[in-house]
Amino acid sequence: MSFDVSDIKKDFPLLSCEEHNNSLIYLDSAATSQKPQKVIDAVSSYYEEINANVHRGAYRLAEKATTAMEDAREKISDFIKSERSEEIIFTKNATESINLVAKSWGAANLGEGDVVLLSSLEHHANIVPWHQLAESQGIEVRWIPLTESGLLDLTDLDRLLEGVKLVAVSGASNVLGTVPPVRTLADAAHAVGALCLVDASQYVPHRPTDVEELGCDFLAFTGHKMCGPTGIGVLWGRSELLEQMPPFLGGGEMILDVTQEGFTSNTIPWKFEAGTPPISEIVGLGAAVDYLESVGMDNVLEHERTLTTYALQTLKDRFGDELIIHGPHDVSVRGGVLSLAYQDIHPHDVSQVLDDHGVCVRAGHHCAKPLMKLLGVGSTVRASLYLYNDESDVDALADALEATGKFFSR
Amino acid sequence: MSGLEDLYREIILDHYRNPRNQGELEVPPAVMAEGFNPLCGDEVKVHIKVDDGVIVDIKFDGQGCSISQSSASMMTTAITGKTLEEVEGIIYSFKQLMSIHEKSLEGGSETVDSSTTGLGDLQALQGVVKFPVRIKCATLGWNTLEQCFEELDEN
Repeated sequence: MSFDVSDIKKDFPLLSCEEHNNSLIYLDSAATSQKPQKVIDAVSSYYEEINANVHRGAYRLAEKATTAMEDAREKISDFIKSERSEEIIFTKNATESINLVAKSWGAANLGEGDVVLLSSLEHHANIVPWHQLAESQGIEVRWIPLTESGLLDLTDLDRLLEGVKLVAVSGASNVLGTVPPVRTLADAAHAVGALCLVDASQYVPHRPTDVEELGCDFLAFTGHKMCGPTGIGVLWGRSELLEQMPPFLGGGEMILDVTQEGFTSNTIPWKFEAGTPPISEIVGLGAAVDYLESVGMDNVLEHERTLTTYALQTLKDRFGDELIIHGPHDVSVRGGVLSLAYQDIHPHDVSQVLDDHGVCVRAGHHCAKPLMKLLGVGSTVRASLYLYNDESDVDALADALEATGKFFSR
Repeated sequence: MSGLEDLYREIILDHYRNPRNQGELEVPPAVMAEGFNPLCGDEVKVHIKVDDGVIVDIKFDGQGCSISQSSASMMTTAITGKTLEEVEGIIYSFKQLMSIHEKSLEGGSETVDSSTTGLGDLQALQGVVKFPVRIKCATLGWNTLEQCFEELDEN
C-alpha cells in the first residue's frame, strides 16, 4: 500500500459516521465519490466568509470571491498540466462539457457526411450529443469495435478514420474499466486532420493527468467523481480552438459588449461561462484538487491497481465460473471498475441483497446501452473502487455475494 | 433479513423461475405493447387478445429482475378470462397497493386498503413498497398492459 487507507477513510465523514454504524461499504465511486471533510469545509466556509457574486462588484468581498474562484481555476489547470488556466472552462458536469463541444465546435465545423468516430465503450454523454448532430447536420457517427476482452480493436483504424473530423473516446470506461490508448488515438486523429476529445470522467479522478502527454484537443471531466461537489464540471480545450469557437450559451459574463444591434463575445474562458457560475462548487473542486494532490495521484493509481488486482483474484478464487467479470483483467490497461454477472441472478436482485449487507454497488446499464448490447446483457452489477477502499471492502463484497447466492437458492 | 424476505416472497420467486404465460401472440388479432424501465434496462412485451370485451389470451416476454418478471407473470394469471372493465379494476387495485408507501409517508397507516384485497397472489408484491426504487419494476408489466389498451382504443 502506498498510503494507509485507514487514515484516508477518516478524511471522509460519511464513511465513518455513526448513522451507518461504521459499516457502510461504498463501492459506487464510478457513480459519485464521497467527499472529504476539507471539501465540505471549503464549501461551507465560502458561504460563511466569502460569498458575493464574481467579476462584478468593486468591493473587497466581491474581489475575494472572484479570487477564490480564479485560484481554483489555476489549481485545476495545474492538476491536469494545462499550460494556460484560460483553457479551463467551468460547466455543470462532463455531459455539459461534451455538449459544449458538440453544439459550439461541432455545429460550426461539421456538416453532411463528416464523421465522428466513437469507441464502443462510450457513456451516453459521449453518444447522444453526436446523434443530435447527426439529426441536425447530417454527420455520420462511426464506432471503433471491441476485442473479446473488452479492449479497443484498432486493427482497422486506418479505414475507420476515413472522413473523420473528430475522434471522441472515453479515457477510462465506466463499465469495463478499460483504459484505451488515448495518445495513439489522438496521434492517429491528428494524422488525418481530425481532432480528439476525451471523456475523462473516469480518468482524471484516478490517475495523474497530463493533457500534453495525452495529446488530445478537448478533455471533459466532472467534479463529483473526484471528491468534489456535484454541479461542477470542466472542459479543457486548446486555447487556439476555444478562441475560434462560437459561444455556447448566451447571457451575462460571456460578453464584452451588448447593444440593441448585437453583442461582442468575451475572451476565453468567460466566453463560455454565461450567467453566475457555481462559485461554491468551483471553490469546492479546488479543495478536492488540493486534497488529491496531498495524497498524490501516483499513489492513488498505485493503490487502485493493487486493490483491483486483489479484487480480481479474490472474486476468481471464491466464485470461479459462477461469477463473470466483464472487461480486461490486466490491471495495466484497466481501472478499478468491476462489472459483474453472478450466477443467473438479475443484477437488480443482486444489488438489493448486497444493500442488505451494507454494500453499495450500482446495478443497471450504466448509461452505456450500446456497450450492454455488445456484451449481450441488459445490465450488470458494478462495483467501483477508489482511494478510500481497501481489501476489507472487497472481502465484504465477496461475503455479501456469497450470501446473495444462498438467499436465492433457498 | 426480514425486509428482504418480505420483498422476495416464495410465490414471487416461483413466478420468476417458472413464468406463466410466457411468449408472444400473433398480431393481429392480438395487440402488443413494449415497456422499458430506463433506470435499469428492464424490458417487457405484453400481447393480449380480446374477444367481445373479454381477455381471452395474454402472453408476456422480456428481460428483467425477479420483481418485474414475476409481477408480469402474476398479472397474466390474474386477468385471463376477465372483462376489460374487471381488468381496469384490477389495475386500479394493484396501483393502490403500490402506492401504500406514499400514504404511509404522509402519516397514514400501512394497512392494506380494502380495495386491494381481491388481488390474490399479487398481494405478495406488497413488500415492494418498502423499497421505493423497485416499485417501477413491479409496475412495468402493468403500465405496458395499459399501453395495450391504448392500442385497442386506437384500432
